[in-house]
Amino acid sequence: MAASPPRARKKHIRASMVPYLLLLPALALFAVFKAYPVVASFWISLTTGSGALRHFTGFSNYQRLVNDPLFWTSLQNTGIILVIQVPIMLGLAILLALGINSIHVRLKAIWRLGVFMPSVTGLVATGIIFSFLLNKDQGALNWLLSLMGLPAVDWLGDPSWARVAIVLVLTWHYTGYYAVIYLAGLQGVPKELYEAAMVDGAGAIRRFTSVTIPHLRPILLFTVVLSTIGTLQLFDEPYVLTRGGPDNATMTVSMYLYNNGFSYFDSGYASAIAYALTLIVVVLGAIQMKFMGGNNED
Amino acid sequence: MKIKGLPLTLVLAAITGLCIGPFYWLVTMATQNSTEIFSWPPKLLPGGAFWDNLTTLDNKIGLARILGNSLAISTVQTLGALLVSLLAGYAFAKFSFRGRTVIFVILLSTMVVPDQVMLVPLFEMMMKFGLMDNYASVILPGLCVPFGIFLMRQALGSLPNELLDAARMDGAGELRVLWSIVVPVMRPVLAALSVFLFLGSWNQFVWPLIALRSPAMETLPVALASLHGMQANTDYGAILMGTAVSTVPMMILFLVLQKQFISGLLAGATKG
Repeated sequence: MAASPPRARKKHIRASMVPYLLLLPALALFAVFKAYPVVASFWISLTTGSGALRHFTGFSNYQRLVNDPLFWTSLQNTGIILVIQVPIMLGLAILLALGINSIHVRLKAIWRLGVFMPSVTGLVATGIIFSFLLNKDQGALNWLLSLMGLPAVDWLGDPSWARVAIVLVLTWHYTGYYAVIYLAGLQGVPKELYEAAMVDGAGAIRRFTSVTIPHLRPILLFTVVLSTIGTLQLFDEPYVLTRGGPDNATMTVSMYLYNNGFSYFDSGYASAIAYALTLIVVVLGAIQMKFMGGNNED
Repeated sequence: MKIKGLPLTLVLAAITGLCIGPFYWLVTMATQNSTEIFSWPPKLLPGGAFWDNLTTLDNKIGLARILGNSLAISTVQTLGALLVSLLAGYAFAKFSFRGRTVIFVILLSTMVVPDQVMLVPLFEMMMKFGLMDNYASVILPGLCVPFGIFLMRQALGSLPNELLDAARMDGAGELRVLWSIVVPVMRPVLAALSVFLFLGSWNQFVWPLIALRSPAMETLPVALASLHGMQANTDYGAILMGTAVSTVPMMILFLVLQKQFISGLLAGATKG
């Protein structure tokens, strides 16, 4: 079965090319539509003007950014929504997962299906649905409030309530998704651990903190990072629901980026905002991973 | 301290009601005329304006055309990204080659970079290529999905090498091995990934909003957002009908393929 050496060698070379050929489509697309834009965006952030008039201006866009009150407002709005929304949503999601997972509960499949349903809806559709539900004068939510004897709320017209409205919509949209993630994670916690903890006299809360939480830690970390990244990039809901208003109360960083890049066509400045956003995402993600993933040895 | 089953079940039923309530409300409102939509107290039963709303919607946005845009883009993008992910995932999982780890890490690292960073350069690139207002401008950037490559690599890692080697012994080329051995075995993962890709593609908004400039090229979410954004002369029944049209097919698909939806959307989470 001795093949002639040159042929064998040729075949060998061809075989070693196979993985690269398989990767070729991915790498070509990646280079053109991901890597290049990321690099180009940084270059553009160092320039001013567009088209033939574009010229290098160093870090002037970043200087402008630091001194731009509206940028800080957008960052603050995004931060407020993040700090309020992510803990509420993930907390609710854990409770929901524990509830559905409880041995006393029936019809688990239906609850799981129902709570997951909002995450299948697009954000634009969600925004439109809620723009009606949250209408001050005829919206269903204020109608429900009126049934309970509560006054009508100007959800989309009042700066503070508009933020609450965005939090509400995001929570409706994503809580079930995270609950189902946690539910999947809960299936991985060995039953014996709960039994052992019960034998040791641990109550429900103690079992939760010393058995459930440690086992869910990788998933918790993943969901915290994922939802933080998602909220930092928040665009669709405020775009559809409030256009960033009233009074810029729901102007997020992404909306501000969009306005600068595609309403005022100030590409350099928009790219600087994009890079600032990336920096925030990466730094916050790294902090969360260090903070939550730190002592994983146990 | 044991919570009895019934109260807990009732609480879950109430939460589920809050989750799916808006969909019921959407579907009923989509069949009402503007007066009914804004009646007080809200009218919670279907109205008679189903066809009226559908006709108005069609007159305003050209429903068939817009649906066609969305379907064409989502289908091509899903199939393309599926193929790209499968090929790359196969390379990473079943071959050892120089730069394997480095390339994989670089691909995955862009998952942290917000998409917004790419908007301006992509916009300028598509202008230069003359692809603005063309399906290609939306489809092309969505074909390399790092998450899809990651998922396929994970799934293919568990495939026994003997299976592949047996086919290679028989003289099958790599593409043949891929098509006749790998694809059939990987069908559940491929199904889950397609659902994930299709849903993401169907609902994507910012980039199509920028790239598709003329009304006839708009996808459903973009058309709905512009219809919704027009302050004057807004027909609310038509907007709600449009929202229902964009939502209900996904709901039905979800109910039919719930296993694929959930595993597709959760794939990244439980593996991490």
